[in-house]
Amino acid sequence: MDLLQNALVWLFSPEQFHGEGSLPQRIAEHLGYTLVAVVVAIVLALPLGYFIGHTGKGHVWIVGITGGARALPSFGLILLLVLVLGVSQRQSAAILALVLLAIPPLLAGAYAGVAQIPRSVLDSARSQGMTEAQILFQVEIPLSLPLVMGGLRGAVLQVVATATLVAYVGLGGLGYDIIQGIPLRRFDQTLGAAIVVALVALVLDAAVAGASRWATPRGVLLGSFGDVRARDSSVARTR
Amino acid sequence: MKSLRKTTGLTGLALASALVFSGCAADTGTAETVVVGSQAYYSNEIIAEIYAQALEGAGYTVERQFQIGQRDAYLPELESGAVDLFPEYTGNLLQFYAPDAQATKADDVYAALESALPEGMTALAMSSATDQDSYNVTADFAAANALESIGDLAALEGLVLGGNPELEERPYGPFGLLETYGVTVSFSGTGDVTVDALVAGELSVANVYSGDPRIAEYGLVTLADPEGLFLASNVVPIASGDWATELAGVIDPISAALTSEGLVALNLQSTKDQLSAAVIAATWLEANGF
Amino acid sequence: MDWILANIPLIGQLTLDHVRLSVIPILVGFLVATPLGWVAHRWKWSRGILLGVVGLLYTIPSLALFMILPPLLGLSVLSEANVLIALSLYAVAIMVRSAADAFSSIEPRALRAATAVGYGEWGRFFAVELPLAGPVLLAGIRVVAVSTVSLVTVGVLVGVSSLGYFFTDGFQRRIVPEVLAGVVMTFLVALFFDGLLVLAGRWIMPWASLATASRGRET
Repeated sequence: MDLLQNALVWLFSPEQFHGEGSLPQRIAEHLGYTLVAVVVAIVLALPLGYFIGHTGKGHVWIVGITGGARALPSFGLILLLVLVLGVSQRQSAAILALVLLAIPPLLAGAYAGVAQIPRSVLDSARSQGMTEAQILFQVEIPLSLPLVMGGLRGAVLQVVATATLVAYVGLGGLGYDIIQGIPLRRFDQTLGAAIVVALVALVLDAAVAGASRWATPRGVLLGSFGDVRARDSSVARTR
Repeated sequence: MKSLRKTTGLTGLALASALVFSGCAADTGTAETVVVGSQAYYSNEIIAEIYAQALEGAGYTVERQFQIGQRDAYLPELESGAVDLFPEYTGNLLQFYAPDAQATKADDVYAALESALPEGMTALAMSSATDQDSYNVTADFAAANALESIGDLAALEGLVLGGNPELEERPYGPFGLLETYGVTVSFSGTGDVTVDALVAGELSVANVYSGDPRIAEYGLVTLADPEGLFLASNVVPIASGDWATELAGVIDPISAALTSEGLVALNLQSTKDQLSAAVIAATWLEANGF
Repeated sequence: MDWILANIPLIGQLTLDHVRLSVIPILVGFLVATPLGWVAHRWKWSRGILLGVVGLLYTIPSLALFMILPPLLGLSVLSEANVLIALSLYAVAIMVRSAADAFSSIEPRALRAATAVGYGEWGRFFAVELPLAGPVLLAGIRVVAVSTVSLVTVGVLVGVSSLGYFFTDGFQRRIVPEVLAGVVMTFLVALFFDGLLVLAGRWIMPWASLATASRGRET
C-alpha cells in the first residue's frame, strides 16, 4: 500500500527523532500526562473504593457515578475544563479531565474487587481475631487485586486514548501530528502518527497487564478467571 | 449539517440539472434551491448566512450545509455541484490549489486563483474585506522592542511563534520568517488557545486572523508585512457550475458592501454578544440596505 | 443560559444527528458480536484468537483509528462512513467479550435439559441459549451504547458533525454554555439509550429482573 509505505517513510525519517516536536518528545509528553493522571486517580479512587467495598456504605452511589461518568464525552470535558479554568491553566485542566475519566474504572475495580470476596472468607478472618485493618490489608486487598488491576488497565486505556486529544488545546502529545496533518493534507503523517499512538497504547496496555500479573499473589491468580478487564463491564472506555 | 448532505446534495444536483436542461428560465419567482456551505469557522458561517439570507430575500430557497470541516471535504462538493456557493478566502484557497504560488497582492492573488480553480468552480467578485493570517504581538512587547514590521523581530532572540499546528509547515510559517525576514523562532502549536497564550506571555508572536475581534480587544499590534510573506486573503464567494452568473447578481453587491472593519464587527457580535449567525446576518443585511 | 435559550433548534438538530450516528454502530455491534461471541464460547480454541484481535482493536485510540481505516478501506478520512465503521469496530470489540461471557455463563445443565427435551442445535440456540444469555448480553450492549455515544463526538475532528460541534465552536468563540450544552446533551443521549435498553430488556426478558432480585447482587 502506497500510503502505508509513505507513512513508514515519514515515521522513520530523521526529522522525527531530533529537535522540537520529535516523536520521542511527543511520546514522553503523552506518557507524562498519562502517568500523572493515573497516579492521581489511583490515590483518589482506590482508598475510596476500598472504603465503600469494606464498609458497604455508599455503594449505591458507586454504581451511579461509575455508570454516569462513562457517559461523559472526554473531548468535551477537556475543552470545558480548559475554558473554565482558563487557558493559562490548560495543562492542569487537561490533567483534571484525565483524572476524572480515570477514576470510575479504578473506583469500580476496587469496589467490585472487595465486594466479590465471599463473606465466608471475611468471617473466617474475623473469627481468627484479625482486626479490621488487618483484614483490609492482608485479605481484602490481595483478593481484590485481579479486579483492581482490571480497573487499572481500563483506566490507563481511557487516559492514553483521551490524551491523544489534548493536542487540540496546544498541549502536545502524540495527537499533535494527527491534528496537524489533517489540514495540511499530509495523510502519510496522520497515518504514521496514528500507528505510533496505537503502538504506544498497545505496549502500555501489555505492560500494565504484565505488571498486574506480577503483582498479584500466586494463590489469588490461581483462583481468578482469565482477563477480568472487560468482564467487569464498568471498565469499558468511552473516549 | 453534513447529515442532510446526501439527500440535499442529490436534490441540489437534480434541481441544478433540471435548471440547465430547461434552459435556465429567467423567472426569479420560482423557488430554486441553492446549497450554501461554510467552513468550521464561526466567522465564515456568518458570511455564509449573509449569502443565504440575501438569496432567500431574492426569492431562492436555500439549503444550508454549514460547518463542513476541511477544504478536502467541501471543495469536492463544490466541484461536483453538491454545494453551490461557499465563502472562501483568496490567498488561502490559492495556496490550497497552487502551493508554490508567487502572487501576494490582492489583485494578483485573485487573478491567480481564477486560473487555479478547477473546472466547474468560479470565483465571483471578491470583497475588500480581508481575513488573513497576520503576525501579532502584545502592545507592551511592541513598545519595549520598538516593533512595527515583522522584520524588526530579526534583532530579537528566544522568540516563540504560536498558531495552528499546521502553521509550522506553511510557507509563511517559521521557514518563511527565516527566509524572508531573517527572523528565527521556535514554534508552539497552540491552536485555538493562541490568542490567550500570546496575552499570557507564553508566546512572543502569534498568528491571528485579521478578522479576529480580539486583536482590538487586547490591543494587539499587527506587524506590517512589507515583503509580502502573507498572501492577501480577501473574502471571495466561490460558486459551482452554472450558478455563477446567476448568483453574482445577488452576491456581488454583498461582497462590495462587506469591509474588513465590518467583518471584525460581525465577529465581535458572535464572540462577545454570543449572537447566532442568523441574527447577526439579518442585522447586517438590514443595516446595509439589503 | 442566554446562549442555550437562543439556540434550542440547533441543539435539537444536532442531538438528532447524534442519535442517528450512534444507532448504526450499536446495532452492528450487537448483530456482529453476538454470533462471534457464541463462536468464541462454543469453540474454545477460537476464544484466544478472537478476544486477542478484539482486544488489540479496543486499545487503539479513536482519532488514530479514524486515520488508519481510510487507507485500508479506500475511504476518505473526512467521511461519515469512516467514523461509522470505526465506531462499529469498537462496538464489536466491546461486545464480543460480553457475548462470549454471556454464553459461558449459562448453566450447562439447562442446555443438556433442552437437548434432552428434543431441541436441535439451532432451536436450542434461539429458544434457550439466547434468552438465558440475555441479561449479560444486555449489560454488554448498554456499555456499547454509552461508549458509542461518547465517541461520536470525536468525529467532529474529521468533519462529522454531531453534538461535538458545540465543543469546537464553543471553544473557538469562548462560549462556556455552548460547550456545557454539548457535554450535557451527550450525557443525556447516553442515558436515553441506556434507559431505552433497560426498558427493552425488561419487556423482552421479564423473568430476568426477578432472577436478579432474588439473587440480590449488583452488576
